[in-house]
Amino acid sequence: MKKVYAREEYCTGCGLCQVHCITAHSPYKDNIVKAYKKTFPRPLPRVIVEEQRPVSFALQCRHCEDAPCVKACITGAMQRDPATGVVNNDESRCVGCWTCILVCPHGAVARDERGKKAASKCDMCSGIHEVPACVAGCPNGALEYRGEREKEA
Amino acid sequence: MALLKSYLTPDFLIERNKDRCIQCRVCVQQCANEVHYYDDEDGEVYSDEMKCVNCQRCVTLCPTRALVIRSSPNELRKNANWTPEVIRSIYIQAETGGVLLTGMGNDRPYPVYWDHMLLNASQVTNPSIDPLREPMECKTFLGRKPASLVFENGRLKEKIPPQLELDIPVMFSAMSFGSISLNAIKSLARAARQEGTYFNTGEGGLHKELYPYGENCIVQVASGRFGVHSEYLEAGSAVEIKIGQGAKPGIGGHLPGEKVGKEISETRMIPEGTDALSPAPHHDIYSIEDLRQLIFSLKEATGYQKPVGVKIAAVHNVAAIASGIARAGADYIAIDGYRGGTGAAPLRIRDNVGIPVEFALAAVDTRLRNEGIRNEVSLVVAGSIRSSSDVVKAVALGADAVYIASAALLALGCHMCQKCYTGKCNWGIATQDPHLTKRLNPDLGAQRAANLLRGWKHEIQEMLGGMGINALESLRGNRLMLRGIGLTEKELEILGIKAAGE
Ligand code: SF4
Ligand code: SF4
Repeated sequence: MKKVYAREEYCTGCGLCQVHCITAHSPYKDNIVKAYKKTFPRPLPRVIVEEQRPVSFALQCRHCEDAPCVKACITGAMQRDPATGVVNNDESRCVGCWTCILVCPHGAVARDERGKKAASKCDMCSGIHEVPACVAGCPNGALEYRGEREKEA
Repeated sequence: MALLKSYLTPDFLIERNKDRCIQCRVCVQQCANEVHYYDDEDGEVYSDEMKCVNCQRCVTLCPTRALVIRSSPNELRKNANWTPEVIRSIYIQAETGGVLLTGMGNDRPYPVYWDHMLLNASQVTNPSIDPLREPMECKTFLGRKPASLVFENGRLKEKIPPQLELDIPVMFSAMSFGSISLNAIKSLARAARQEGTYFNTGEGGLHKELYPYGENCIVQVASGRFGVHSEYLEAGSAVEIKIGQGAKPGIGGHLPGEKVGKEISETRMIPEGTDALSPAPHHDIYSIEDLRQLIFSLKEATGYQKPVGVKIAAVHNVAAIASGIARAGADYIAIDGYRGGTGAAPLRIRDNVGIPVEFALAAVDTRLRNEGIRNEVSLVVAGSIRSSSDVVKAVALGADAVYIASAALLALGCHMCQKCYTGKCNWGIATQDPHLTKRLNPDLGAQRAANLLRGWKHEIQEMLGGMGINALESLRGNRLMLRGIGLTEKELEILGIKAAGE
């Protein structure tokens, strides 16, 4: 399956991936200002920029084949879409037990405690955009959306 | 001693539209000058305008277009003599006692002679050519051409000296690893390969990762001799001896020790952390004969397989100098005009030394023709070639090709803030800071630089077609294709062109 790969050598740590992620997961998908100023609570970014200069990279869910979060989920909220391979959290079923956070080896799931407690994670913008918003919004080509075997450009 | 209070005021005003700013802090993350900062207590981003150099990185990356940077509205009393720049310079020198430094090319309002020349187009007779339907040759060759073609048994008798083959008469000018980042050079190297032209190492040596691009590379030998060794000379397609540079004729180069990290130290063959000083003169060249010795040493070293060129700054007497260089055996001469860019130059030198490259080119071409040796050497001009029409005018004036550097850097993202010498280029170009060099992804850089060349090539073909000329080579030195506008008799005479209407 296609995944998002970080090219840390070109990540400038600007954080625009997070801005575009938040916008994509808000009710105002094409309007950053409204997404930020009119959405309460504002969605958490599902991509995390780690930075210790000069190293920086954007990290998001790896959609593991043998996803530990899916196995560990006590309510079945965390599911892998058999068609696309995307691991997604059905927030309506999520009870906020945070087991997924405990077992995720990548630290790619976050606690969203602002509305209904739910785990927040990358959904590859399934059903939102064709290309994940973080990839489309990266100004420096530091995020790549490609199949595992496709070589880096 | 008491500390001096600075009398300087901000050059720029930063306007942040509060209705649009979403406090995402992208600007904070991106400004290497630490202008923007986030205040935790207020939960807001503020700016310290004093440090802003107007590189527009923050403006470009702000996702909501919340930022505008303008010249500061604060004005001193109007004075045509004591302009704000002059006054500022005095404040700076009164505070520092130092030489004023600057980056990029001369920005004084001297006339740009390219803009005082107009191109001809055919009408009715000798009809124009449609480049979309008919082949339009943009290829050119740099190097000595035989005086006449003598055939023997149907074969060319004289052996043609080594030539550089260019698919477009535009090359990337010398910019050293040190003055610009490795990613910037990689971008240019790949673009040069893609578009069939050359990039130039400058006096910084050739980084090991760039050896695969040697075929598209001109290696430079400057006074510091940095990074010059036999494989280096072998790696390039031509060797260029750098005598002068348009931005600072008569001045040497200086890469401060802080920038000489591991990679640069290896490439330049100097110890890490030491200043890379290239003296103003070559200490083995004091005459044309000395230059000839170096030219032939380099030819010998490369088995007479590669053209050897000489780069000089456009200065008074450039025609006589060029004649000497041609006679010394150079295969091409690069003439760099006073608008040429640089990573760092003393401001007063950059702005006041040299002559316009248009005059230099015309004078050199005329002199070499009069002396009957124009065929022995190719001419490359540099120093603020801004567009394809500048290229076409240069060729009509007598150039074989042009070098571009500022235009190439602009293609990579440079915003001409003129602060290259600080090493904090926010666009990842004129810097070695690993946090900043990452900002130029060579995949994207190569694409941008190649796009620029391709765009220019299309336009050159259009212009040639409009003149009814189907090959660039037929335009070379064809000054009848040019007419001067707003020029004095003397200027027209030097340029060797007629006035518009004549
Ligand atoms: S980048 Fe733009 S939106 Fe983000 S904090 Fe800066 S000014 Fe505000
Ligand atoms: S220096 Fe450049 S990035 Fe920093 S505030 Fe000024 S324009 Fe923006």
